[in-house]
Amino acid sequence: MFNGRDVISISDFDRNEIERILDFSERMVPVAKGDRYADPLKGKILATLFFEPSTRTRLSFESAMNRLGGRVLGFAEPKGTSLAKGETLADTVRMAAAYSDVIVLRHPREGSARLAAKYSEKPVINGGDGAGQHPTQTLLDLFTIRQDKGKLDGLNVAILGDLKYGRTVHSLSMALTNFDTKIHLVSPKELRAPREVVNHLKERGTEVSEVADLEGVLDQVDVLYVTRIQKERFPDPMEYQRIAGMYRVDEELISPYPDLTIMHPLPRVNEIAPDVDILPQARYFNQAFNGVPVRMALLALVTGMAEALGEEAGEEVAR
Amino acid sequence: MKDMKVQPIVDGTVIDHIPPGKALLVFRVIKPLVPEASVSILINTISKKEKKKDILKVEGLALGSGDVDKVALFAPNATINIIENYSVVDKFKVKLPEMVKGFIRCANPNCISNQNEPVEPEFRVVSGQPVVLRCLYCEREMSDLSKFMKR
Repeated sequence: MFNGRDVISISDFDRNEIERILDFSERMVPVAKGDRYADPLKGKILATLFFEPSTRTRLSFESAMNRLGGRVLGFAEPKGTSLAKGETLADTVRMAAAYSDVIVLRHPREGSARLAAKYSEKPVINGGDGAGQHPTQTLLDLFTIRQDKGKLDGLNVAILGDLKYGRTVHSLSMALTNFDTKIHLVSPKELRAPREVVNHLKERGTEVSEVADLEGVLDQVDVLYVTRIQKERFPDPMEYQRIAGMYRVDEELISPYPDLTIMHPLPRVNEIAPDVDILPQARYFNQAFNGVPVRMALLALVTGMAEALGEEAGEEVAR
Repeated sequence: MKDMKVQPIVDGTVIDHIPPGKALLVFRVIKPLVPEASVSILINTISKKEKKKDILKVEGLALGSGDVDKVALFAPNATINIIENYSVVDKFKVKLPEMVKGFIRCANPNCISNQNEPVEPEFRVVSGQPVVLRCLYCEREMSDLSKFMKR
């Protein structure tokens, strides 16, 4: 089902496949924390091709590979690589495939991971392609929601912030259509989700509401997914300040909702006040950690090494 | 006898019922199939129902349905008439292909298919009226295809 498979877009995976990845990710948690030892990827090499900077995605992939006993090679920026000499991505990927067993690619152009997969004999995992897809982020988001709520069905999920340009938002909302969730899209009108995204969600049978008022939806939602409102989207700095202030999540706002799960893909600027960090509703640092077990699961699955961890046999994870 | 602005063809293909003004786009679509053929293009001609339409005539070549289906992207109701010895020997409507490759570029300037990579842009047809294509690489949807014809 997963051996040799590329991970390019969340829409390539159906509900059953997503659940299998999440189940397997759950069993990776003790290994990801270092409480248990497992090395099914010993002798395997992950190539990390990062054509633009990333902190969490790259480090969590490296941590995931190391936790599974594998090794990592690659680069964190294109400077000094053959790309700087004008090499095509297609050629760079062919070369990386010859040197490794699995490739993670982050690239500023949309569609780059799909292209890479076409030229690579080894599985390619998309670590973010421009404003396009970031499927491993979406999987760790789903994992975090399920971990916190115990389910993905029957939930009300509010997604807040820059819904126009945020790739995280489009991927997550699409993934949620596989489940019985209601999606509340909360944003200023300038940053509303593109019509094609909203129509797509509705076509998939998902109930969607679009509102500008955050406070108005808080009593209805189980999960509040906050994203950054980027300053550069507003020509007028005063307008940015006004909008950013309207959507700031702080202790006073969320204290009446003790069961709320607050998430954020990070990095945050000031859309979530630091006083929220210590509250039980704040799950974003845990969410960041979850990048490791989810990426471990994907690495083990696509390299065909999951069997060694008992994925097929349903055995207890590494002893 | 009816005054013929363009002479009938002996053998070949007539693409009829092209929306007025779209014949040149249709020609660009089929051009690779008919590089040497003599082609006549009628623009804003009046149909039997007194409506404007374009017509394209290709001499000496019978185009098959697989070849001309991509014409439907610009002329969804076009009919193809195969002519032999001045008579119509076959007539069929074009139908939208599922995939499109080769003559349209992605509308997204940041798509990897618009960079210096060894790939041809490729699209899935996701809707027919209006025609909407989804790029296989960047997954963006695009309409208004005439702006994105490759030179």
